[in-house]
Amino acid sequence: MPVPDVKEKFSGVVHAVTIGATSEQGGSRTRTVTIGGETGLPMLSFEAEYPHRPAFALEVNTAGADDWHSQARKHVGEVAADLEKWAARCEEWGADLVCLHLDAAHPDLGGRSPEECADDVKRVLGATGLPLIVWGADVDEVDNNVLPKCTQAAAGENCLFGTAKEANYRTLAASCLADSHKIIAEAPSDINLSKQLHILLGDVGVNVQNIVMHPTCGALGFGMVYIYTTIERGRIAALGGDVLMQQPVVVNMGKEIGRVKEATSPDEDAPQWGKLDVRAPLWEAATAVGYMEAGAELFIMRNPEALQQAKTAVEALWPKA
Amino acid sequence: MALTGLDIYKLLPRTNCGDCGVPTCLAFAMKVAAKQAALDECPHVSEESQEAAGAASQPPQKLVTIGSGDRALKIGNETVMFRHDERFHHPCGIALLVNDTDDLDARMETVRSLSFERIGQIIDVDTVALNCASGDGEKLQEAAGRIQTELSLPVVLIADSADKLRPAAEGLSDGRPLLWERGGPSDALVELAASAKLPVVVEGDLEKCDADTQKAKGAGVEEMVLCPGEVSPLETLQFLTVTRRATLRRTYRPLGYPVLVRAWAQDPVQQSLEGCHYVDKYAGIVVLEVDSPEYVLPVLVTRQGIYIDPQVPVQVEAKVHEINNPTETSPLIVTTNFSLTYYSVLGEVEASRVPARILTVDTKGTSVLTAWAADEFGPEQIKDAIEKSGVFDQLGEGYRKPIIPGLVAVISGELREELEQEVIVGPKEASGLGRFLNNEWPKLVG
Ligand code: SF4
Repeated sequence: MPVPDVKEKFSGVVHAVTIGATSEQGGSRTRTVTIGGETGLPMLSFEAEYPHRPAFALEVNTAGADDWHSQARKHVGEVAADLEKWAARCEEWGADLVCLHLDAAHPDLGGRSPEECADDVKRVLGATGLPLIVWGADVDEVDNNVLPKCTQAAAGENCLFGTAKEANYRTLAASCLADSHKIIAEAPSDINLSKQLHILLGDVGVNVQNIVMHPTCGALGFGMVYIYTTIERGRIAALGGDVLMQQPVVVNMGKEIGRVKEATSPDEDAPQWGKLDVRAPLWEAATAVGYMEAGAELFIMRNPEALQQAKTAVEALWPKA
Repeated sequence: MALTGLDIYKLLPRTNCGDCGVPTCLAFAMKVAAKQAALDECPHVSEESQEAAGAASQPPQKLVTIGSGDRALKIGNETVMFRHDERFHHPCGIALLVNDTDDLDARMETVRSLSFERIGQIIDVDTVALNCASGDGEKLQEAAGRIQTELSLPVVLIADSADKLRPAAEGLSDGRPLLWERGGPSDALVELAASAKLPVVVEGDLEKCDADTQKAKGAGVEEMVLCPGEVSPLETLQFLTVTRRATLRRTYRPLGYPVLVRAWAQDPVQQSLEGCHYVDKYAGIVVLEVDSPEYVLPVLVTRQGIYIDPQVPVQVEAKVHEINNPTETSPLIVTTNFSLTYYSVLGEVEASRVPARILTVDTKGTSVLTAWAADEFGPEQIKDAIEKSGVFDQLGEGYRKPIIPGLVAVISGELREELEQEVIVGPKEASGLGRFLNNEWPKLVG
């Protein structure tokens, strides 16, 4: 008896989403990044197509990095006071994109004005040729004030803006439509909530092909397996033809690593766990590759060393297009 | 894999004699398929048919036992491709590679040290992959014997020929080592495994594994473990997926065995990441050469996560947990009964050395924010939990000030009114508790 052929053909495809625009495309990025486009579950090239590799972004934060854990701060500390230097450094560190977090707009973190935030976006765009993700302060009123100015400031650059949530999506959706950006739809670890949000975004005119979804995220050993399963189930639904789940997946995971003791406790407190300078980046990289196994395509990380480790792993794993 | 009515019908005499109490063979077959009747209730069913039915009703993936006693490793018998379809049942072995030429005392100490307590469970390196680097079967047997008796862990014996495996296989068969002849099994190894009744590794690509398992089974080997050999991480992952699919989706028994893989990357970081991948996607045993905790721990934690039953919320009992022998002046920390939350808080409180009580509110095993959003962790529920536990009776007047997670600071006002007691807003993350208990708490209670 020959080994049975177990190839599976799916009817659905993950949307390919491109972030960034070069000068020919009306922007000023030196390159663009496309994620998605898979026709099967992760890395099964004997039966499916994998036209685009997962992409890795490094976080740059307007609130600096003072509250980051020591091993991430070790790398970014010297540039964290200067957004432009920080963003430029991301390219040297090997990031595919920069993710600008606007935390300083948060009232507790300085309450930077919408104009100042828009200026931050402009300066980062000026400092790096990488495509840009812009992430709000995760406070609805603040985001609604700040993000429209930022989408305007980045008009033509085809950025990825987030996040739109079920309770607060209209303002960002309208701004992204007006200024032609892609949008992150965030629904906490639930397929039905995700689908609902995509419908709502569709209703206000957002093309579902311009959405990247964020199912929220936890670090390895810290809630990751729940999100892993959410992503995996969503991807199976997408490939089965559910058009409301065919968006690529982003995980904003950098900050989650700081919550894990195994990844952050100093050597003297936790000698049994081995060397912190190894533990910290490896934990972040292991979190990324785990999510990749479930189907995620875009990773927002904090530690440049972890980003390099995860990218090396992808080299060995991701099927050649 | 359950047989269908039609499968069973084909095994019957098809005479419709009615002796089974059912008018036709087909009707009887349907009853057997629905488990309302047993096949042997038909007095005319042949022995061959009984055997065929027995084999067909076995789970498609063989359960393989390596080692003996409490620490025996049982792998295989998996039933689903995705954990959300049911769950993954038998956690894979994480094996450390040891050479029989190594300083065994030191290596065994390393294995013992790779054991950690996490979320109330011990997670550890639970298998030893012992390589015959000496090229001497006697030496391999001696080392294996020591590992079996001193560590009580299951052993995978690795050598490049059946000869070298023979002394250990014959001498230590009670300890059920897994025999891995590189590139094997040769006929000599199959014969050895069959007579010693030991599990054996079948190494090679799909076609070779397919042929070799059938050959070994024919020769009397029951328990086998597949191995794709030294191929790229991508090929390894695909091997793992294809064998699992062929087994579960097509009930293809020649590939119906768990899979042993080795993370081959030389760079320890990449080797660790490779290990994590294989654990998530279907490995039965992952062999690692890296032996420092910083590289091994992510693999162990990955295993702990992926084998959690997704149907059961991971929770601890809702009650007052006493830490470091609290007194009537000790702080009362309120959180949810989600395991991860509780154990994070517990770890911090223990490390702070401050005697304290942790009240876990029954939120059906959900985390602080999720529970709050679902109205499971609001002022009323917290008040109820405090009253039911009677914890205030254990606290002095000025110390009945529950500390709530900073993430739900918004409920502090309402809770204060409900309880008619002061409520303290604690740090947002468990990681802030140590500092909070040592520095802030004393000031807050004067
Ligand atoms: S006793 Fe056996 S042969 Fe006779 S009808 Fe029943 S199943 Fe068929």
